[in-house]
Amino acid sequence: MSKKMTGADMVIQALKDQGVDTVFGYPGGAVLPIYDAIFQQSDIQHILVRHEQGATHAAEAYARSTGKPGVVLVTSGPGATNAVTGLTDALMDSIPMIVLTGQVPTFMIGSDAFQEADTVGITRPCTKHNWLVKETDKLSETIHQAFHIATSGRPGPVLIDIPKDVQFATGTYTPKAKAHVKHYQPQVKGDLAAITELVELMESAERPIFYTGGGVINSGTGASQLLRDLVKSTDFPITSTLMGLGCYPASGKNWLGMLGMHGTYEANLAMHGCDLMINIGARFDDRITGVLEKFSPNSKKAHIDIDASSINKVIHVDVPILGDVAHVLEDLLKVWKSRGRKTNSAAVKKWWGQIDEWRAKKCLSYTNSDKIIKPQYALERLEALTKNHPDRYITTEVGQHQMWAAQYLGFEDPHRWMTSGGLGTMGYGVPASVGVQVAHPDALVINVAGEASWMMNMQEMGTCTQYNLPTKQFILNNERLGMVRQWQELLHGERYSNSWSESLPDFVKLAEAFGGKGIQCSDPADLDDAIMEMLAYDGPVIFDCLVEKHENCFPMIPSGKAHNEMLMGDASTKDAIDAEGMTLV
Amino acid sequence: MNALSLKKGSSRKSAYNLKNTTGDTIETHTLAVLVDNEAGVLARVIGLFSGRGYNIDSLTVAEINHEDNQSRITIVTTGTPSVIVQIKAQLARMVAVHDVHDLTVEGPSVERELAMIKVVSKGDNRVEALRTSEIFRASVVDTTLESFVFELTGTPEKIDAFVELMTPLGLVDVARTGVAAISRGL
Repeated sequence: MSKKMTGADMVIQALKDQGVDTVFGYPGGAVLPIYDAIFQQSDIQHILVRHEQGATHAAEAYARSTGKPGVVLVTSGPGATNAVTGLTDALMDSIPMIVLTGQVPTFMIGSDAFQEADTVGITRPCTKHNWLVKETDKLSETIHQAFHIATSGRPGPVLIDIPKDVQFATGTYTPKAKAHVKHYQPQVKGDLAAITELVELMESAERPIFYTGGGVINSGTGASQLLRDLVKSTDFPITSTLMGLGCYPASGKNWLGMLGMHGTYEANLAMHGCDLMINIGARFDDRITGVLEKFSPNSKKAHIDIDASSINKVIHVDVPILGDVAHVLEDLLKVWKSRGRKTNSAAVKKWWGQIDEWRAKKCLSYTNSDKIIKPQYALERLEALTKNHPDRYITTEVGQHQMWAAQYLGFEDPHRWMTSGGLGTMGYGVPASVGVQVAHPDALVINVAGEASWMMNMQEMGTCTQYNLPTKQFILNNERLGMVRQWQELLHGERYSNSWSESLPDFVKLAEAFGGKGIQCSDPADLDDAIMEMLAYDGPVIFDCLVEKHENCFPMIPSGKAHNEMLMGDASTKDAIDAEGMTLV
Repeated sequence: MNALSLKKGSSRKSAYNLKNTTGDTIETHTLAVLVDNEAGVLARVIGLFSGRGYNIDSLTVAEINHEDNQSRITIVTTGTPSVIVQIKAQLARMVAVHDVHDLTVEGPSVERELAMIKVVSKGDNRVEALRTSEIFRASVVDTTLESFVFELTGTPEKIDAFVELMTPLGLVDVARTGVAAISRGL
């Protein structure tokens, strides 16, 4: 029954038993036995990245676009330390990821051996859990436990550090079904009394709002469907965080757009003015709340979250519901229906009247130009030309372009939008587009980027070429670190310290050097044709879209301000942020 | 606006200031945390406290069940009520943590600490040290002609009091275990 095999073979067997089809990795001395085992099989494909950070972001995006955990294999020392940013990113955004690292042989641990690092020590605060496996007999069970922990409860990254002698040695394989995982079983069903309390509030609420987040997407497509049913049958307005985009369709009539620092006017004012806030799988992040004392001052707040530590961490809530979004929504709908599907529809209708007034402000309008491409215009055209594509995925880097993408692109379904939210990792997008395209070879995968972020992990263009991954790198090139520049304009007396991109490469030639296609566009009149050319090309494309250099991203809730104190469009921004706000990030 | 002329405390209203403004009283709580006795588990718990800026007043750890491979960590911590709640939630969600008990709120409990106190003195001071130790029911676990090592068990306050009395009598060294605590009754 239980078979004997080497530790390296165990890794492959355990991954197969877990249904893994793809591993993102980079070989090195301390993982050579596992790479040897990979060489001798064909069930699991290995994607060779160009940098270990790329492997982690690719695996994150693979996970977010498929709902399955992402798997990374890297070597000891620098291989492991290069994975730290991706681990932290996955922890902040609750992405299930399993990172396998090689380690120097057990008898050399602690001797400052070549490429030795205290990997479990370094990654302890940036993983959900991690292990150093010192016995081959324990390796397979640990891998099965790792998958269980990464995917149960609030998902997150885990790491298994495997010394080289453990990979060589022979041990007994523990099958998945026999692995001991009972001690970690987070509660998924919500408390029925609390759910009923929320239903009662929903029945009488005059100005309700759903505030949804990444937890809906992590809970599976069933959760998104339940959410849509709930919104449809209650007719309450809905907004979402950056991480939750796609859980409710952007074309849906109750959709207010994203909320938060760069959220829409209607979403933020509705959050500020509501009398019942129903937080579903979001965590009152500081990008959402603005100044805490002024956050939605007159509302009752309910919070559905699978992580007890997220509840009452930042904002005190009146109805906490600990549980998995899909399970809680299912019960919520049942209770609400069984009590007669009541809402205060007259008041809610009035609330919609107010919201429509806010919508009429058209907060995302901007001054267009026929001489220079505005970044908003570029994204509007990208949206218009790709939204009907049957299988479109968007990844982003971090900065102004990311916020514009969230504002101007519409997501109809979950798992279509890959972005670094909590950690805000510049350099996320290129490897993320690799991970998505590997998972969905025939899909249209577009990485909306800024030129500065894009260059942080541009080496992964080589991965695109090697594996025929036709990702479209859509770079809004303003030759600036746009968001840094915007803050320097608003906060630091227009002293633009180190926030411009000098000595940029010729992106067209760079694309060609990597074996892809390069397109440059600077005239708004040519933009549609250029985008169509990008879409038509069967291979990776770098699209160098030269845009307005000094465009600011609005609306914006300045640091230290409340939701009803947003800056709009070209409004005067002078002294918009006081000394107190300046100290915030 | 000059970043350098900011008033001290001007980030008081920061979104990063997680303290609940409704209850600013600092409370002391004793937590019993049952954990898997695995490599690095103590580092995990301590890392949580240092990483999130929580206080540790005292911490003890030892294996309590060899078969089940379980250790018990007793932590005395201080914070506002909301911070204490957050500490417990953060501990409880760790994979290696099985159970978190707040002995301060879960009913009456007994707290004890063991200390060894070395006093070097001659003459009257030596006699006085020995006599005081009897009042405190400390036992002498080592002696030379010029020194005692006292062993004392009790609440942290009792040990504090003893240490204070020994200081003028030639106290040279103190070793304390930190608090171990358990609930009273069934």
